[in-house]
Amino acid sequence: MQIQCPYCGDRDAHEFAYLGDATVTRPDPAAPDAARAFYEYVYLRDNPAGPHKELWYHSAGCHSWLVVTRDTRTHAIESVAQVGAP
Amino acid sequence: MTSRLPSGGLIDRSRTLSFRFDGKPMTGNPGDTLASALIANGTVLAGRSFKYHRPRGILTAGSEEPNALVELRTGARREANTKATTIELYDGLEAQSQNRWPSLAFDLLSVNSLVSPVFVAGFYYKTFMWPAAFWEKLYEPLIRRAAGLGRASKEPDPDHYEKAFAFCDVLVIGAGPAGLMAALTAARAGARVILCDEDFTFGGRLLSEQFSIDGQSGTEWAAAAAVELAQNPAVTLMRRTTVFGGYDQGTYGALERVGDHLPVPLPHTPRQRMWKIVAKRAVLAAGAVERQIVFGGNDRPGVMMASALRSYVNRFAAAPARRLAVFTNNDDGWKTVADCARANVPVEVVIDPRPAIPEAFRQLAARAGAQLFEGGQVSDAYGTAHGLQSIDVLTATGRTVPVSVDGLAMSGGWNPAVALTCHLGGRPVWRDDLSAFVAGGTPPGLAVAGAAAGAFDLRRCLADGIRLGAEAAEAAGFEAATSAAPEASDETLGLMPLWKVAGARTKAFVDFQNDVTAKDIALAEREGFRSVEHLKRYTTLGMATDQGKTANVNGLAIMASLTGKSIPETGTTTFRPPYTPVAIGAFAGHHREKHFRPTRLTPSHAWAAEQGAIFVETGQWLRAQWYPKPGETDWLTSVNREVTAVREGVGVCDVSTLGKIDIQGPDAGLLLDRVYINTFSALAVGKVRYGAMLREDGIVMDDGTTARLADDHYLMSTTTANAAKVMQHMEFCHQVLWPELDVQMVSVTEQWAQFSVAGPRARDTLAKLVDPPADISNAALPYMGVTDVAVCGGIRGRLFRISFSGELAYELAVPARYGNGVMRAIMAAGADYGIVAYGTEALGVMRIEKGHPAGNELNGTSTARDLGLGKMMSQKKDFVGRIMAERPGLTDPDRPALAGFKPVNRADRLRAGAHFIGVGAKPVAHHDEGYMTSVAFSPSLSHWIGLGLIKGGPNRYGERVRAYDPVRKGDIEVEICSPVFVDPEGARLRV
Repeated sequence: MQIQCPYCGDRDAHEFAYLGDATVTRPDPAAPDAARAFYEYVYLRDNPAGPHKELWYHSAGCHSWLVVTRDTRTHAIESVAQVGAP
Repeated sequence: MTSRLPSGGLIDRSRTLSFRFDGKPMTGNPGDTLASALIANGTVLAGRSFKYHRPRGILTAGSEEPNALVELRTGARREANTKATTIELYDGLEAQSQNRWPSLAFDLLSVNSLVSPVFVAGFYYKTFMWPAAFWEKLYEPLIRRAAGLGRASKEPDPDHYEKAFAFCDVLVIGAGPAGLMAALTAARAGARVILCDEDFTFGGRLLSEQFSIDGQSGTEWAAAAAVELAQNPAVTLMRRTTVFGGYDQGTYGALERVGDHLPVPLPHTPRQRMWKIVAKRAVLAAGAVERQIVFGGNDRPGVMMASALRSYVNRFAAAPARRLAVFTNNDDGWKTVADCARANVPVEVVIDPRPAIPEAFRQLAARAGAQLFEGGQVSDAYGTAHGLQSIDVLTATGRTVPVSVDGLAMSGGWNPAVALTCHLGGRPVWRDDLSAFVAGGTPPGLAVAGAAAGAFDLRRCLADGIRLGAEAAEAAGFEAATSAAPEASDETLGLMPLWKVAGARTKAFVDFQNDVTAKDIALAEREGFRSVEHLKRYTTLGMATDQGKTANVNGLAIMASLTGKSIPETGTTTFRPPYTPVAIGAFAGHHREKHFRPTRLTPSHAWAAEQGAIFVETGQWLRAQWYPKPGETDWLTSVNREVTAVREGVGVCDVSTLGKIDIQGPDAGLLLDRVYINTFSALAVGKVRYGAMLREDGIVMDDGTTARLADDHYLMSTTTANAAKVMQHMEFCHQVLWPELDVQMVSVTEQWAQFSVAGPRARDTLAKLVDPPADISNAALPYMGVTDVAVCGGIRGRLFRISFSGELAYELAVPARYGNGVMRAIMAAGADYGIVAYGTEALGVMRIEKGHPAGNELNGTSTARDLGLGKMMSQKKDFVGRIMAERPGLTDPDRPALAGFKPVNRADRLRAGAHFIGVGAKPVAHHDEGYMTSVAFSPSLSHWIGLGLIKGGPNRYGERVRAYDPVRKGDIEVEICSPVFVDPEGARLRV
């Protein structure tokens, strides 16, 4: 598998570290239900069969955190973007 | 007795190669395989079967071979289960037959065949069910001795293996007519082409048949095609290379056998090379595998695939038989009759179960002088370990006619080699017109050509190659000129399915390598194991190293007929990588032992080595563990000396391995506040603070000190082990969680050499090193201060007043390139004070004496409170892990928490890993209160001390518990105490 790093180009998947779901966001720690929200943020994940936005870290490259949209059934990668990029 | 034909074949008769099989000297020629050379030497018997020890001959001429498995080479290079049909003959080759005792021809364990009712399908499950204790002691050793394949060499592999990457526009898998044509077409269009074939000569079936293409022989045409391809610089030709797996995004795994055709690999070359080929498009032209017919004794030595027999006669000029029978249910098998007649190999009899055959075949049989049984079948074959003796022919009218023959060529049709289309989840589909499975869907970018796609004739193979080669090149961005397919021989199939002959009297085999018979399948059906997956697992059909390439479809068809269903209704078997076995060594490549694992040396390594330091691996780093002095015979003596020297004088330790992250920007302090449990934005410039960071789930991730060098400039240190992990975490926090923060960071671990100078004389030592007018007095540089310094006449560095040992201590950082020299300078400066170098052991002893938690305590389950760091957790700000750290389970006062331990009997030795249980409590898991995490002999206290995590730890000082260690027979009483054993007030730090 190769991932097209926006800075480094097509690179082998070995250069990257996988984290997981990129759609979860760190909850507001001041919110009244923060305990539950953090529990869900830390532990609960969907396991979709299909396109999945996930975080990869280019550890052996530019140290960018990337959002990779990957089809979990085929490993086909639809898009790769720097995290936070529009 | 030689069976080498006097002329013909693609062997080099000008040279003779000597080899030995089971010690017997034989000869062959370049161009031979071990199998063809054995046949040329008149050898019929090649091995014994897995379960029944039945004598087996050579069945095929390719990588689908189930029978002729040998141990190749000797000593450390001995490799078991190597297919004689794929071993390229070399001078001096040595091979041994397998699974026989005492000899291949006379095998005592063939009595297994007599007790075969015991060995039927599911015999493991039925026979050896109980008592359970008998498994290990009796059944398993018994089965292991009786059943099995070759012996592995138990020595380290002396060869090496390599990994390589390749990229191309068009990958062509298989260099038969379809593959060569596809490669030619794509290459002519300008595409970068890689052409792989598992054989050592390109041509595929062209090498084994009497074809003509454009007026040339098939072999001439293949050779010319290979020459044209070789002359194209954009083409890479890979012979002896099996594409064994298809993976994501057009990636293919291929194994190149670089040195397997040589006695030993050439100097500086690997034995095998593992290729990862990334192709924009791929054409699978892997051909097809001929399948057998299931009849009695179909596994007898002398029974062979018809296509294999033609390979031996046409390509290798070796005659496997002198009185041959041909048993075919299709036109293709009749080529055997024609080719044998041409090569003067006598065909005695032809049996074709089809009720009517073309007139041309009748004439062919007559010309060959063979008796023809139209509508007939072979019910049984008889023979011994020395070969086939006769067959029973069941005629169209139901009579049984015995015929004396010494060889039988059988053809039950062809199975397209679709394995690679299945590796990404494709399922083969059945085609009634071919009586075969073809690819049911292909991975993106892969097209199937020729016989692999069910095109069982040469013209269509060539046309497929042109069409799919052009399509692949065009899809990769090239313009392909369309050309007409070359003129080629005509072929027909005319197959009438025949899977199993009814009325066999003797054992009829479906899977030769795993000894699965037609009866086993019937038994599985009777016992309800009818689904394909059950059938496979119950009988082990198709589960051997050949993955049932010649067997699976027959097994499926027999099950279909037993259940009255069609073959597609019965199911299909899919294929997983690898297509043929791949040595683990090839997957590992150079990633073996220390190769490709960097060894990181500390800046003062050379100096430490000169001192005779004992080194220890910590992660990738090699660190000095202790520095033995002359006369010191055990490590403890050296370590005690080093600790005492530091506590009473001064010592130096290279601590460069700690991770260092340089953090800069207006928001650097804010980011640190969110990463650490304590506050760093309020830290004064020129000060250092100890910090701990949590994972978001509330567990401690790492700890270390961070210095503020300027308003917008911090330097963080991490533990050696977690340096990369913390860097990744920091980048995560910045890029993912809080991208709005204006901050930048970079790892500077390797840029700085850092030395801990510790002990009452540390300041005196350093005072001799720093360049004037620097002032490092207690007033100018108090505890937890940091300052820029220059040392040794102009080396600019930093001096941190921090202490891990609990003594007056500094850490001096200089650019890494000065590390070796500065270490020597520190030793010289401290000589008057009796300075010692100390290693990681002494470092560890002193941190235990001071109760500092380290890796053993930061064990991935401990919280900040568990480690006594609860008070550091800021209430005024948010930080990673804050919310989750408040979960009830993590704030339970009964959680194991850090405490110190002393043996009640001071002479007792403590052991890390011992579990705490109450005095007098029964030593069961229920009474477990925690465990000892770190221990050391304290030279300062002259007895063993320990740190541990125990329920309610800090509230139980003075209480006694047992440190229970049944594995090492330890059960001693210990007293719970403060984890700080030395200088609990910290007075020594501040002098």
